[in-house]
Amino acid sequence: MITVDSLTKKYAGFVAVDHVTFTASPGRVTGFLGPNGAGKSTTMRVMVGLTPPTSGGTTVAGRRYAELPNPGRKVGVLLDASAQHAGRTGREILTIAQRTMGLPKERVAAMLDLVGLTGAEAERRVRHYSLGMRQRLGIATALIGDPDALILDEPANGLDPAGIRWMRDLLRSFADQGGTVLLSSHLLHEIEVIADDLVVIGNGRVVAQGTKSKLLKAAGTVVRSAAPGDLTRALMAAGITCTASGDGSVRTSAEPAEVGRVAHAAGIPLVELRSGDGAGLEEMFLELTAESQREAGSHREAVSQREAGSQREGAAA
Amino acid sequence: MSTIALERETRRPTEAAVEPGPIPMSRVVGVEFRKMFDTRSGFWLMTSIGITALLATSAVILFAPDSELTFETFATAIGFPMAVILPMIAILSVTSEWSQRSGLTTFTLVPHRGRVIWAKAICSVLIGVVSMFIALLVGALGNVVGTAITRTEAIWNLTVTDFALIVLANVLSLLIGFMLGVVIRNSAGAIVAYFVYSLLLPTVFGMLAAFQTWFRDLQPWVDFNYASTALFNATPTGEQWGQLGVSTLIWLVAPLAVGLRLVLRSEVK
Repeated sequence: MITVDSLTKKYAGFVAVDHVTFTASPGRVTGFLGPNGAGKSTTMRVMVGLTPPTSGGTTVAGRRYAELPNPGRKVGVLLDASAQHAGRTGREILTIAQRTMGLPKERVAAMLDLVGLTGAEAERRVRHYSLGMRQRLGIATALIGDPDALILDEPANGLDPAGIRWMRDLLRSFADQGGTVLLSSHLLHEIEVIADDLVVIGNGRVVAQGTKSKLLKAAGTVVRSAAPGDLTRALMAAGITCTASGDGSVRTSAEPAEVGRVAHAAGIPLVELRSGDGAGLEEMFLELTAESQREAGSHREAVSQREAGSQREGAAA
Repeated sequence: MSTIALERETRRPTEAAVEPGPIPMSRVVGVEFRKMFDTRSGFWLMTSIGITALLATSAVILFAPDSELTFETFATAIGFPMAVILPMIAILSVTSEWSQRSGLTTFTLVPHRGRVIWAKAICSVLIGVVSMFIALLVGALGNVVGTAITRTEAIWNLTVTDFALIVLANVLSLLIGFMLGVVIRNSAGAIVAYFVYSLLLPTVFGMLAAFQTWFRDLQPWVDFNYASTALFNATPTGEQWGQLGVSTLIWLVAPLAVGLRLVLRSEVK
């Protein structure tokens, strides 16, 4: 189990992590989601003692990381697959980890096998590795100590679709055997397929957390019709609050059955009617992403869409 | 395939009760020692100790006048490259963790950074001392071979005390490099700083002593390079030991203490 308790990290001028609290439980994959610069990596670095926190703290297996007698045997960590001496071979990097943790020699070959690095690849120096190979080596280093928990920062970066699938299966079976998995990503779809629990972070703060099913359920209904204006009016007349998106679809928190009944009564043919799986989460996530300076263009778009939506909502009231 | 493999490899929850023991210091030292040799650059840096010792010995045999073919000449000639290479070894052992960013893994597996730094210091000093013995051996061989070629008598004018003092001097300059590595934590920066330290600083102190009378008496106490030359000449006097101690305190111990504090508190990125 990994706990983060009111963790705060301030740098001169800004707060990178702001009272973040969450738990990653055994047997579950916890997705740590947030746009670039949200504070995911800083939180993870604090967890493993690389960055001192300003206040608050984290524990792994009930203890502060630095108090673990042989941390590699309890927690597998992959923060940055490229952070390795470029002049060492893959096998040598694993051997160093194996020796530090005091493991039998055979673990090195077993791990190379597990992550699918061939003998020839293992003898190559890491400077010649692709990002995908570095990620595999990093996963091997994290798993070599046979840990109870994994802390992985963007492990799918640089992996091809088959590699992402492989990673997903690997983490799934790790969690199914009682392990705790905490993995970060800035891609909602990547994490949606594997995580059981989600912690969404933006500008250093937790903005949403809970089980994936709960967070996705909160998304409501998406309905589409050839005449979105008529549909909106009909729904509002029935007392259902809704917002029209730019793409012609209408979103509402009402159940799909109710929306269908209203549309049928009003004689409006529907093109699409479904529960908005992840749509709400995605919207929230996009807003978070838009708030960072990098995507100033999409930020304006998101704001204008939001404003248009609230105007319609206002008209309905 | 991977799923099956993982089932075998990952933990069974019932085994969680078995607590792994703490990592012994000997293991940290062993791993750090290995890391000094396991890259191509590290390997050649180590090999260069032997190579430069051989080159220096050959140069003495080729160019030194017969009368100068003494053990001391060989030792001095070999000492020059040593004085450059040993501090570099110490610098890189520390700075590569930051410059190559391998520290992310190192300090995660051993979260007590002081132990890692301490292990690196032990390895560096050990390599320094062993290198000096290799140099001694190569120098002795050179002396035998050189005098055999010139058909002169081999002169063994290097006492055990002389050698011990030279080893001490080299270990001190190695530790200066180590200190700079800890303080600067960047390979290029620390190497440049070492040359400033060992080449520029003595010149500045020399000029200061030449032009400022008040500094002349002070120099032996505050100029580390000046104080350590006493180790190469003869048996240092009590006062010279005192000067070496004081200047070491100023230029090695104090900055190392500051650097260690920084290393323990800083963020590893």
